[in-house]
Amino acid sequence: MEKGAPQKQSYTMNFGPQHPAAHGVLRLILEMDGEVVERADPHIGLLHRGTEKLIEYKTYLQAIPYFDRLDYVSPMAQEHVFALAVEKLLSLEIPMRAKYIRVLFCEITRILNHLLNITTMAIDVGAMTPLLWGFEEREVLMGFYERVSGARLHANYFRPGGVHKDLPPGLAEDIMAFANRFPKVIDDLEGLLTDNRIFKQRTVNIGVVTAEQALDWGFTGPMLRASNVAWDLRRNQPYEVYDQLEFFIPVGQNGDCYDRYLVRMEEMRQSVRLIKQCLEKMPEGPVKVDDYKVTPPPRAKMKTSMEALIHHFKLYTEGYHVPKGETYTVVEAPKGEFGVYLVSDGSNKPYRCKIRPPSFAFMQAFDFMAKGHMLADVPSIIGSLDIVFGEIDR
Amino acid sequence: MAIPRTLEDLGRLIEEEIETDLVSWTVEKGELSLIVERPAIARVLIYLRDSETFQFSQLMDVCGVDYLGREPRFDVVYHLLSLVRNWRLRIKVQVEEGMPVPSVTSVYNCANWWEREVFDLYGIPFEDHPDLRRILTDYGFEGYPLRKDFPLTGYVEVRYDEEQKRVVYEPVKLPQAFRTFDFESPWEGMETAVKVSAVQEES
Repeated sequence: MEKGAPQKQSYTMNFGPQHPAAHGVLRLILEMDGEVVERADPHIGLLHRGTEKLIEYKTYLQAIPYFDRLDYVSPMAQEHVFALAVEKLLSLEIPMRAKYIRVLFCEITRILNHLLNITTMAIDVGAMTPLLWGFEEREVLMGFYERVSGARLHANYFRPGGVHKDLPPGLAEDIMAFANRFPKVIDDLEGLLTDNRIFKQRTVNIGVVTAEQALDWGFTGPMLRASNVAWDLRRNQPYEVYDQLEFFIPVGQNGDCYDRYLVRMEEMRQSVRLIKQCLEKMPEGPVKVDDYKVTPPPRAKMKTSMEALIHHFKLYTEGYHVPKGETYTVVEAPKGEFGVYLVSDGSNKPYRCKIRPPSFAFMQAFDFMAKGHMLADVPSIIGSLDIVFGEIDR
Repeated sequence: MAIPRTLEDLGRLIEEEIETDLVSWTVEKGELSLIVERPAIARVLIYLRDSETFQFSQLMDVCGVDYLGREPRFDVVYHLLSLVRNWRLRIKVQVEEGMPVPSVTSVYNCANWWEREVFDLYGIPFEDHPDLRRILTDYGFEGYPLRKDFPLTGYVEVRYDEEQKRVVYEPVKLPQAFRTFDFESPWEGMETAVKVSAVQEES
């Protein structure tokens, strides 16, 4: 600095790791010039549990519950990618009904995730009511989770080879009733937020990301679409039965926090459409492959058949051996592209299971998004990133 | 250049274009993977990103794999996505322990944290990386946890010490030794039985 020039008064501020607007255990080191953020250095890893290492010591079946615990607000979407990766290595084709059930619950998961994100983002910028309304609906959706898998959050429901159990009687009707009722809730939420003057002042033109930047920083999902890139893996690289279903892909124009909110709002409406289509088109039939090397035999059969008993025992102790090979499988999780790079050495345990979480890329871009914004904009940018530390830290 | 229709065509085209930098390429399970010479990785990625034919505009993931006992020991794996052509591509670089890999942060900004993660978990250094710090593990952590010779339980454990009023690190004490089940048959007879049946199948 030149002699005589006024000394710049920049100082460092610590944000988190225990901060209600940090959406988990995020520690931010902010270099401030008065109220303006000059540089942000996110310190992550405070929730690092070594998931990838643990999976290397577990059989393929035992690895699935770890995926629930990555992004704990959208558990089934992540089980899905691991199930798809294992099926790809095993060259398994799962029954049609299982595919529809998976899509049905993936879309329920998407609503679960977006409801949480939109409402917590709203509370970060000062609106409390959306949280109360949104969480009431999340309760209902977690009720569906519980009825199908026995657990409200960590479902462990999608397995390689299909899904664990068929839908219990009456569940399809209840989900349909929910899907008919739910758009009204979205309307109510929109009524509270979309034209809300305070909400718009806090989000419009905040954290703008252009399409080029979004691609360069590895953005996927709603974050990429809000920057006006129409890219959705459900449409562009369809898996399961998404190519037979009708839905739109909303895109934003400006790539700011407000557009990301709008994209998520519209995605919930599209998810409702997909849920209805799944329920209408869902065929009868088995929900898992009829191969007892990969899926357990029915309980009744085990009472009479020695072979079924042996299969059951071997499946839950040794597991199955997956042929040597590697795959990078992806799904459009609610947050974006969730990928698994699975390397098998032919044994019953994965040799390497790299998890590619979408939020990791968002968190990394936070520095350039926050640069030049006020400190008060930091929570609204973090809210719009839709980050969950279970998956960033793994 | 004509736009390739299949992954095999794509592989052949890339082979023609970056011949000297390429070690080998394969298509398996509908996925194309290349092995590239270590010093050339940044050059190859710039070419694949900027070429009109490929337009691999997104780097999705960088990760390491430890093949203990193989020479060279590590793989660094890059996953690319071309939105315009709807292709995915896997690029691998093989690297010895302690050997640096050229950083691609200048090519794709998002490589920054992915490379920090590989460095943190595998101890593979990246040349010309702007900010090569640990990212996921604890402040002051020692060792590289995802290496195959790093034990699952680690070396240290933490607890809150009532007397010192702070968190202290201690060597791991397991009340029971860590057990691994390999499910191989303990009977020697099984091995010969497997061999016999294999021979019978061949003949």
